[in-house]
Amino acid sequence: MRSYPADYELITPGNLDAVLRLLSDEPGRWTAIAGGTEIMVLFGAGKLSARKLVSISPLSELREIFEDEDWISIGSGCSFTQIRRHAGVQRHFPLLAKCASWTGSIANQNRGTIGGNLANASPAADSSPALFAYAAEIELISARGTRRIPYEQFHLGYKKIALAADELIRAVYLRKCPADSFCYARKVGTRNAQAISKICVAATGKLHQGRVEEIRIGMGSVAPAPLHLVGTERVLLGAALNDATIAEARKALLSEVAPIDDIRSTASYRKLIAGNLLEELLREFAAWGDRK
Amino acid sequence: MSARRFSLCVNGVERFVDVPPMARLLDVLRHELGLTGTKEGCGEGECGSCSVLMNGELVNSCLVPIAQAGGASILTIEGVGEQARLHPVQKAFLECGGAQCGICTPGMILATVHLLGKHPRPTQEEIHEGLNGNLCRCTGYMRIFEAVEKAACAMESGAME
Repeated sequence: MRSYPADYELITPGNLDAVLRLLSDEPGRWTAIAGGTEIMVLFGAGKLSARKLVSISPLSELREIFEDEDWISIGSGCSFTQIRRHAGVQRHFPLLAKCASWTGSIANQNRGTIGGNLANASPAADSSPALFAYAAEIELISARGTRRIPYEQFHLGYKKIALAADELIRAVYLRKCPADSFCYARKVGTRNAQAISKICVAATGKLHQGRVEEIRIGMGSVAPAPLHLVGTERVLLGAALNDATIAEARKALLSEVAPIDDIRSTASYRKLIAGNLLEELLREFAAWGDRK
Repeated sequence: MSARRFSLCVNGVERFVDVPPMARLLDVLRHELGLTGTKEGCGEGECGSCSVLMNGELVNSCLVPIAQAGGASILTIEGVGEQARLHPVQKAFLECGGAQCGICTPGMILATVHLLGKHPRPTQEEIHEGLNGNLCRCTGYMRIFEAVEKAACAMESGAME
């Protein structure tokens, strides 16, 4: 069943302050729509329950990428095209550029925004693993002010996020890491292009004298929300990357992922692939260390 | 929400429509403006048959509420070439057999025009990526890829003339 456009309100206040005032005056009554690549799909299918929508796509305040010596901040309204083409993102956060290039087709990358991807909070979101790998921070804004939280505190459960009813996601902050870090990302989907992930992983790390000094791994589609593999990281920290460590890490991984059977894959396949991807990333990490 | 007036520039001509703000650009083009060259396939942004250029960027018109297209410049298949003077991309699709049933063709042409605007001499990989949001169930894609290469050559030599 199609939706009937006249049943919906869609307003376009011209600036961020006006949107924040609206959200603060009537908290929980308005749903923000940015590029529409999620909301319009629901609308087209007659499944969009929110009836009052506020368009944030024209807000120039949300569409800029700023870079200084230590940080890059990406406005929530930046499209995936903008992100993957940005020279600073490509140079300092190649995993994010890669994940942006995996997010849907060119047309969807032209419209879909990183803020929308975060707010939609799909466990399969392609940008999430990279945000864990880079220890991103998320800035939230409301008429009350702004606050910045680590990305690990953003997802609270299945499609539940730490966004109050009067708040918008304003920006994603990424701290530049030392140039000599290891990084890895891989997506497994039904086809190369435009497939929602069966599994998606991204990681960064550093070795010191053959042992893991730093490691951050994010994984998608293996839990009700995008997952930061803290338990697996704990096993790896301080360890040498040999077969025994890799086996231990695989075991730790299986104790912290909780994939499901769905239309895209099965829980058992996802567990197997999650382990295989972890092993691949650790072997590449070790080889990277040997080359240095 | 009742209808409001929106203006948009479609294929170089300023048009006004009175529709609810959540009306899809696709429906406005087809039903309000009679531009039925833009096709509806899946209606959920997966197949690309409703592709148009909005302010020069490729978009799925089924996912654009008209309120977000107000004031925008839209290029549909009707504005790409003329009956008597086809665009080089259209010519190449014809000559290579890059169209069969025709439902995906307008979107394929728009995606190709967009691709060649960004990458005048695209690699195979760039062609595959540029068209990866446009599904075709007839051709098997090879003739479409050939058409893109042929159009790129034709446009390059055309630009040199």
